[in-house]
Amino acid sequence: MIDLLVIPLIKIVIVLTGVLITVMYLVLLERKVQAWVQVRLGPMRVGPHGVLQPIADVLKLFIKEDVTPVRADKFVFTLAPIIVLVPAIIAFAVIPFGSTVSIFGKPVPLYVADINVGLLYVVAVASIGVYGIILAGWSSNSKYPLLGGLRSSAQLISYELAVTLTFVSVILASGSLSMVDIVTAQRANGVWFAFVQPVSLFVYFVGGLAETNRAPFDLPEAEQELVAGFHTEYSGMRFALFFLAEYANMIVVSAVATTLFFGGWLAPFPTVPFLRVLGYVPGWMWFVVKTFLVLYVFLWIRATLPRYRYDQLMRLGWKILIPLAIANVIVTAVVKVALSY
Amino acid sequence: MGQEVAFYTLAALILGFGVLVVTARNTVHSILFLVADFLCIAALYVLQGAPFLAVIQVVVYAGGIVVLYLFVVMLVNLKRPPEAHRDRRRRGRLGVVCALVVLVEMVAITAYKYVSPTAGLPPVTTMGPNNVALVGAALYQDYLVPFELASMLLLVAMVGAIVLARREL
Repeated sequence: MIDLLVIPLIKIVIVLTGVLITVMYLVLLERKVQAWVQVRLGPMRVGPHGVLQPIADVLKLFIKEDVTPVRADKFVFTLAPIIVLVPAIIAFAVIPFGSTVSIFGKPVPLYVADINVGLLYVVAVASIGVYGIILAGWSSNSKYPLLGGLRSSAQLISYELAVTLTFVSVILASGSLSMVDIVTAQRANGVWFAFVQPVSLFVYFVGGLAETNRAPFDLPEAEQELVAGFHTEYSGMRFALFFLAEYANMIVVSAVATTLFFGGWLAPFPTVPFLRVLGYVPGWMWFVVKTFLVLYVFLWIRATLPRYRYDQLMRLGWKILIPLAIANVIVTAVVKVALSY
Repeated sequence: MGQEVAFYTLAALILGFGVLVVTARNTVHSILFLVADFLCIAALYVLQGAPFLAVIQVVVYAGGIVVLYLFVVMLVNLKRPPEAHRDRRRRGRLGVVCALVVLVEMVAITAYKYVSPTAGLPPVTTMGPNNVALVGAALYQDYLVPFELASMLLLVAMVGAIVLARREL
């Protein structure tokens, strides 16, 4: 009973709280990083160096008026933010934050579930999130949200293909669909898949930027053209749900990148004798550090690159990334077969 | 016990959503119920010990094909009701015919099980949790030709659609 219900529930609560707190502080980190890049200070007023700013932001969102447009489809309008947020959060179920640790003499694996189709589960869950965006745009019964919703769903569908194809080459390299097995395969290989599959990593990361609607692919909410895109008509807590989902998705993309390409919870340089000491740091800490490094690249890119035009975005997705990913799958398969002889 | 409860709950949900799909006034609502229906079917696959099929169900049907439906529905203005056919009872008659065909099929399937009970494939639950490899072997070894034929068919459909959409290439 305890193994079946209590421990997974405790884990779910810990992961959920962790994700929500990380999202809050990720927003602060983003504002700070942007400010530093632009030689500003960023939020400084609430708490020392603005560390309490996220709490103020959340309070503000809670007490704001929640407006539903008169001619909106109320049922779908309420449902859409939920459809966006839920997939972003349940994707964390298969992410391995660490290997098994022993708590009070009881071995506890540091992941909610290790299903043998873990990677496909992430793909499946991500493909449901598109509905929220497209329905939010449609149900607002307003022109800008509709256009924004159409744009972003076209973008998500296009880049989903490239991202899924990179997963195929990682699966070929590791020989398993389970996230835990992919990490252990990297330990067995003695090298992270970032070095085995650099092309995959590149395509995955660009696709990940596009799938989370982040700069330079934040076209769905290009202010000059579409006001705020699909969430123009949303306010208050329902807007906050979209906001939460975007950042939670960023964390999912970074955590999956860490798992697939950067060795998950493994410590770096296990073979260098004088760096053995790194192995004493708990695995989950390595996981958090690596995930945040990937997240930092997201923020860095946003502060550095200008936005793509819509036709450029589509050309990049269909004519460069997808062929590149397919070629990579073929090369990986050929090399794998050649090596096995 | 738990298995039966889960199965009948899911079956009720699937049927309920199915009814909602055809009765919903708004086409977009109807598509939403279809997605919910597909997700429940995926849950049914999980219950039967076929997680790979379940995930594929979500990726392909719920996440892929229905999104395209949604696009079509949103881009094609469906506010105008379809024009009535000259023959007013045409729809009713067609409905009866379709219902009869489905009924005959179901009776035939049920009867066939008694007429010639085959051993057939082993149930998925006995194949162990890792049925990804088994599905792969079935598709790429045992049923390679039908599988490749199906993909050729899809390719032909795709090429056809492109040719129709762009007259000059």
